[in-house]
Amino acid sequence: MLEKALKGSKAYWIWVLALLVVITVGFYFYLRQLDFGLGITGMSRDVSWGFYIAQFTFLVGIAAGGVMVAIPHYLHDYKAFGKITVLAEFLAVASVLMCMMFIIVDLGQPMRFLNVIFYPTPHSMLFWDMIVLSGYLFLNIVVGWNVLDAERNSVPPPAWVKPLIYISIPWAISIHTVTAFLYCGLPGRGFWLTAVLAPRFLASAFAAGPAFLILLCFVVRKFTKFDAGREQIQALAKIVTYAMIINLFFFLCEVFVAIYSQIPEHLEHLEYLFFGLDGHNFLVPWMWTSIALIVVTIILLLNPASRRNETVLGFTCVGAIVGIWIDKGLGMITGGFVPNPLNQVHEYIPTKPEILITIGVYAAGLFALTILYKVVVGVKAELTA
Amino acid sequence: MENNRRNFLKFAGVSVLGLGSLSLIDGLTSDDVVASSGQSPEATFKKSKNALTAKRWGMVIDTRKLNSQICRKIEKACHQVHNVPHHEDKRHEIKWIWDTHYKHVFPGKQDEFLAERLKELPIPVLCNHCANPPCVQACPTQATFQREDGIVMMDFHRCIGCRFCMAACPYGSRSFNFRDPRLDDAIKNENTEFPTRMKGVVEKCNFCAERLAVGKQPLCVEVSEGALVFGDLEDPQSEVRQLLKENYAIRRKQNLGTNPSVYYLV
Repeated sequence: MLEKALKGSKAYWIWVLALLVVITVGFYFYLRQLDFGLGITGMSRDVSWGFYIAQFTFLVGIAAGGVMVAIPHYLHDYKAFGKITVLAEFLAVASVLMCMMFIIVDLGQPMRFLNVIFYPTPHSMLFWDMIVLSGYLFLNIVVGWNVLDAERNSVPPPAWVKPLIYISIPWAISIHTVTAFLYCGLPGRGFWLTAVLAPRFLASAFAAGPAFLILLCFVVRKFTKFDAGREQIQALAKIVTYAMIINLFFFLCEVFVAIYSQIPEHLEHLEYLFFGLDGHNFLVPWMWTSIALIVVTIILLLNPASRRNETVLGFTCVGAIVGIWIDKGLGMITGGFVPNPLNQVHEYIPTKPEILITIGVYAAGLFALTILYKVVVGVKAELTA
Repeated sequence: MENNRRNFLKFAGVSVLGLGSLSLIDGLTSDDVVASSGQSPEATFKKSKNALTAKRWGMVIDTRKLNSQICRKIEKACHQVHNVPHHEDKRHEIKWIWDTHYKHVFPGKQDEFLAERLKELPIPVLCNHCANPPCVQACPTQATFQREDGIVMMDFHRCIGCRFCMAACPYGSRSFNFRDPRLDDAIKNENTEFPTRMKGVVEKCNFCAERLAVGKQPLCVEVSEGALVFGDLEDPQSEVRQLLKENYAIRRKQNLGTNPSVYYLV
C-alpha cells in the first residue's frame, strides 16, 4: 500500500519537498546542538527541561486523543466513526514518532539512549514511559495498517487484530498517565505535585487530539476526494466540547487549591505564570491568551449554531489547540521550574536554534503523517472508483 | 536491594576473575571493578588500607562558625579539586557546593523575624546525600545510585543526560554540562587525579568519595576551619552524632521524606 505515497499531484510533491527542507534546517541545527551541547538552548541548571519536553508532553496528548474515536467505534459500535478510525490511528503514529524524537533531541548523550534498555530500571517513570510509548506506536501501526488493508480488500480485518484494538484503548490512557507521572511524583515540585495532573492531561488530550483530527478531516476533504463526513466531524466536535470543559474544570480545581490553601510551594508557580514573579513575566501574556482561547472556544463549542457551522468550527479547533498548546507546551513544564527549589526566579526563554529544531521535529512528524494519510486516501479513492 | 545487587555483581565478577576475597579489600584496581560490576572507573574508587568507612556518611554544618571568607575557600577548593568548569554564562553554571542565604537554603522556614545573624549569613548548600534519594529513584539507567555507605554517586559514563534527576532533586543540587567542560579554558589548573566530565552529563557533589577511599576527609571539611564536620551518622560515638546530641539541628525540606544526611546547626 505504501506505493500510494509515491504517486501524487504537484501540490503534494511541493508540500513534501517543503517539509523536507524544514526537516533539513532542523537537522542542521540539531547537528550544531550535538556539537555545542544543550547550552545552545535556553535551558539552565534551574530550568533543566524546556521546549522539547513540553512539546513531548503536548504530543503525547495528541497521540492519546485518538482513543476518542476508538472508544465510540469499537466499544459503542458507533458505525459512523468506522470511516475515520484509521485517520485517528495514523495521527497517533505520527504523534508518538514526534514524542520519541523530542526525547532524543533533549538527551545530553543521545548515543547512549539504549542504556535505558541495557539497565532496565522499573523504579524510574522514564523506563515505563519508554515501554508505553513504544507499545502504543506498535499497536497503532499494526492495527491501522491491517484495518486499512482489510478495507482495501473488502474483507473484515483478521481476527487477531480485535484483541490489539481492545488493548490499545487502555493503552492510550496509559501513555498520558505515565507522562503525567513523570512530573507529579517528584517531591520538590509543588506545581506538578497534584493528583489531578494525569486526569487533566487526559482531558486536554481528549480535546486537542479530536480537534486536530477535525482540522485534518477538513484538509483531507479540501485536497482529496475523501470526505470524513459531516456527522463524524460534528460527533468529534461534541467530544472536543466535553473535554475542553472538563479540562477547564480541572484547571480551576487546581487554582482553587493553590489560592485557598495559600501554600507558597503551590501558589508561587501559578503566580509566576499569570502575574510574574520578581519582575520576571515572559509567560504572562501567553498564559492569559491561553485562558482566553479556552474560554472563547468553549462558548463557541457550546453554542449549537457556531458548532454546526464548519467554518467557525475550524477556527474554534485552531483556538482550542493553540490554547492547550500554550498551557502544556509552554506553561506546564517551565512553570514547574520557576521558582527553583531554592526559591529563586530564573526564567527560561527558548532560543532560535531550539525553536528551529522543534519546528524540524514537527515537520518530520507531519512528513510521516502526510505519507500515512496519502496511503489512506489512496485506498479510499481506489474503493470508490 | 540496589546495593545488594551491585555487591553481588562485584563478588560474582571477582570470583570469575579468580581473585580471592582478600584482594577485594585492597588489591583491586579500578579497572577490575569495571570489568566485574559494569560500573565505570570513576564510579568506584580503588580503596586503600586506610580508607575511611561508615555505615552512613553525614555532615554537620555549624553556621555559627561560618563567614563569607570560609565559604569562598570551601567552594574554590572543592571546584578546583573536582575539575568543576567555570562558564561565563550563568545558565551553564556547574556547582557542587556554593553558598546562599538562609531564605534560599530553607525556603519553607522563612521567618518574619529571623535572627539578625542569619539574615545575611552565607550558608553552604550541596548534595544532601539523602537516605531516600528521589534522584536515584528517577534515574532511568541507574547512572546515579546510592552506595552502601549512603553516598549518592554519579556514573558519568552511563548518564544519558535526560536530566530527570535534576527535576527530581528538591534541593537544586545537580548541574548539567550544557557545554563541553574541557573546552575554552573552563577548567583552570586541571587536577589529573580526578576525571573531567564531558558535555551532556549531570554531575554533583560526591562527598569526596575519592578522598575517603584513601583515608582523607572531604576537602570542604578540611578547609572549613571547623565549620563543617563529617562522620558516620550511624555511629553514636562519631563527632557528627556528638554535635547533633548537644545542638538543635535542622535539615533542608525534611518534610519531603528524603531524609537528608546534611544537618545545619543554626
